[in-house]
Amino acid sequence: MQSQLSQYLPVLMFLMVTIGFAVGTLAFSVIAGKVGRRTRTKDIPYECGMVPEGPGNARLSVKFFLVALLFVLFDIEVVFMYPWAVTYKELLAKHFASVVGGMLSFMGILFVGYLYALKKKAFDWKS
Amino acid sequence: MDFIRYLDPTVQFMLFSAVKIVLVFAVAMTGVAYAVLVERKVSAWIQDRVGPNRAAPFFVHYLPVVGPFLTKLGIFQPMADGLKFILKEDFTPSYVRKIYFWIAPAISCVPALMTLAVIPFGSTLGNANNPMVIADLNVGILYTFGIVSLGVYGIVLAGYASNSKYPFLGGIRSSAQMISYEIAMGMSVVSVFLVVGDLNLSKVVAYQSGGIHEWLIFKQPLAFFIFLVSAFAETNRLPFDLPESETELVGGYHTEYSSMKFALFFLGEYAAMIGASAMMVTLFLGGWTPIWGGAPASSLLVGLSHIVWFLAKLGFFMVLFIWVRWMLPRFRYDQLMNLGWRRFIPLALVNIIITAGLIALTHK
Repeated sequence: MQSQLSQYLPVLMFLMVTIGFAVGTLAFSVIAGKVGRRTRTKDIPYECGMVPEGPGNARLSVKFFLVALLFVLFDIEVVFMYPWAVTYKELLAKHFASVVGGMLSFMGILFVGYLYALKKKAFDWKS
Repeated sequence: MDFIRYLDPTVQFMLFSAVKIVLVFAVAMTGVAYAVLVERKVSAWIQDRVGPNRAAPFFVHYLPVVGPFLTKLGIFQPMADGLKFILKEDFTPSYVRKIYFWIAPAISCVPALMTLAVIPFGSTLGNANNPMVIADLNVGILYTFGIVSLGVYGIVLAGYASNSKYPFLGGIRSSAQMISYEIAMGMSVVSVFLVVGDLNLSKVVAYQSGGIHEWLIFKQPLAFFIFLVSAFAETNRLPFDLPESETELVGGYHTEYSSMKFALFFLGEYAAMIGASAMMVTLFLGGWTPIWGGAPASSLLVGLSHIVWFLAKLGFFMVLFIWVRWMLPRFRYDQLMNLGWRRFIPLALVNIIITAGLIALTHK
């Protein structure tokens, strides 16, 4: 039972249990819950008792979009670091220059990118 | 229990997995229910109130001394809450995007529970072939980060599906906050894996099994600090609860939700807290190992004591989560993003470089 794929069998079982639980509770509350009347005031978006104005999804700052892009960039960086971190000790003795220098240059290049984003005020939420 | 030995190994494996899954699920659910109670009681103590002390089924009233005492502790409150959640009207407003509105609560609660699948919550129960972890994946931590990322979808979908301003703002804020802190969180554990040299969480625990002086919290204090603060941001807890900050966004992304759909968001939040606490215990506090250290158990009793150790450490972090919530005010949004992007990411990078340098210097 040590093959790669069979390790994931319990994960699949657990996934089925959790999904079953979520779907089950949602369905159960529909069956057991009170059925109320649908009145007009109950059926408007909640805005602290005022009559809602304008569309529900207002325009949003472009900063959020920027954060999403930067996230993709830096998350990939982190993913690259994981295999390096795991094999670091083993490879240190044989390939010292490439394992240390390689990652340092990789981090250096990304840090330049980070400084660029910083300089362009991508992280400045005051403006 | 003799017949188990004659079964096919595959069937045996499935059987043990199923038992473990049911147990973890039951404990997690109870944990969530009582974390809510502890939260209410602790907040009551901190604010000099009484907290829940009334709810009880009718027969408890007839017990002498014990009954009133348990009622006063609020032991029965979670059951009353659960019952009330189920019996409330499950209202789906007509202006929402129906499909997303329905699946968002499920999506926010399933990943939060799924993170528990790779956490080693004990050593063994005497049989070395049956470790106390649902899935002993060799990519352990990558799985966790993959699943944790999915948690964003539930909240974003809830905000988008509600088609209303407050949930929308809450959902957008939350997505930016969670992905920002995920980077800091991911980077902080890189230095842990530089020290340990394995992604498997059981190996991480084994590395720390020598006792309290071997715990990674002392070897990587900076990584622990970054991970802890990021965990608060990832689970949308105060001081970073901007997605649902009730004084400005009413209820944030779940403003339009009611009944069991709301309960699933609530459950997801507390399950995420349990998951994050379990991760911190495993990565930095030695997992199931006692303070004086210990090898995997060879008898049932020792195995159970390891599970108790794990739960005790988990409880410590849960109380910390709750305590911090009632002690600190909320961050402003620009402060939050500032902390994540300008402080923690460079700090985590420096931590990685220093750790790698120290290992290179001391390594033979």
